[in-house]
Amino acid sequence: MTTTGSGERLPPALRTEALEQLLTERGLIDPKVMNGIITEYETNVGPLNGAKVVAKAWTDPEYRRRLLQDGTAAIKELGFSGPQGEHIVVVENTPTTHHVVVCTLCSCYPWPVLGLPPSWYKDPAYRARVVKEPRTVLSEMGLDLDDDVQITVHDSTSEVRWLVLPERPAGTEHLTEEELVSLVTRDAMVGVAKVAAP
Amino acid sequence: MDGIADMGGTPGWGPVHSPRRDEPVFAEPWQRRAFALAILSSRVASGGINVDAFRHALERLDRVAYLDDGYYGRWLNAGELMLTDSAILAPGAIDARARNLRGEHVEEPPIPAPAVPDYAPTAVGSLRSMDTAPAFAVGECVRARDVSVPGHTRLPRYVRGHTGVVQDIRPASVLPDTNAHFLGENPQHVYSVRFDSRELWGADADPFALTVEMYESYLETTS
Repeated sequence: MTTTGSGERLPPALRTEALEQLLTERGLIDPKVMNGIITEYETNVGPLNGAKVVAKAWTDPEYRRRLLQDGTAAIKELGFSGPQGEHIVVVENTPTTHHVVVCTLCSCYPWPVLGLPPSWYKDPAYRARVVKEPRTVLSEMGLDLDDDVQITVHDSTSEVRWLVLPERPAGTEHLTEEELVSLVTRDAMVGVAKVAAP
Repeated sequence: MDGIADMGGTPGWGPVHSPRRDEPVFAEPWQRRAFALAILSSRVASGGINVDAFRHALERLDRVAYLDDGYYGRWLNAGELMLTDSAILAPGAIDARARNLRGEHVEEPPIPAPAVPDYAPTAVGSLRSMDTAPAFAVGECVRARDVSVPGHTRLPRYVRGHTGVVQDIRPASVLPDTNAHFLGENPQHVYSVRFDSRELWGADADPFALTVEMYESYLETTS
């Protein structure tokens, strides 16, 4: 597929340009639609959406309850929905239980709240190993969990998407919801990191 | 199907990559275009949005096409595969154009007669409502079928033949195994099934739990 008769693999950048030209010149794709998709996922949709969900759950107990009961609906309250977010389940990390998310079969990821997945999430090593030795994998990624913490790994094999509600760090009681948003990281919302206090 | 994409538990990948907080969405400019082109190619080739057909194209790639140009390289290759399946593009059309773009003079293959599937989703997205009751209940012991499926499936190899417990019943959803091949939506109930690590990986495994979403036909009763 990436090889030609000569056996040479052509650079993906060049092949991408070729495909764009072939489809555009036949009117099969609209460059405006294409640029719209790029802007949407490079600029508009990203982990900031998820951080707003988490910060609201940390500061509004009633919202937190709704979020854990029906993630999709509670997330939609903040205006976030769309492809790869048809049914989002939110799970809460605590001092004794830790959730971490993967897609072993491709790289399914909750786009409306986290945007497109980071490179480590798509990496074969993560996809292959986190379902077999999560504690070791998390440790390699800089998260050492105590032995008594119960780990649950969620493999996203259907259209269900998972979002982790991380623990609110100690010492942040005085911060506003807006200030908390800036603390929440993408990695904590997948479950490979904790949120650190400022 | 059993292919390179079914990675859960497979050995030999080395250490994981540490997260970088400032990582850009697209590391290289071509990747953003490959991302959008793959989405649009999949739509053009399917005559509609069919994420299952796209995932099946990804899993049919060989090791080189799947791995060597990374995630967006594999999206580009899956888009190409779907376009050649539907005879929107001839095999080799992209490479021939790519060579001409860099100044070679190669003959490009003629445009074939398109053979786009007759595909009409009954609703937007993958979730569907069903009249029939779920066959399995929360708390019930179930076994993942130990089958090797030649076509598309979302039943990972590492859970096949293993026993778990139904943790939740999720919204019913289009069955990827048939929809990916444009053979009908056949919606099924979907279950989050919880497995113990020692059931999957043996008595010496690190203790943890794992949930996998399973379409109803992937499961059988243990009683």
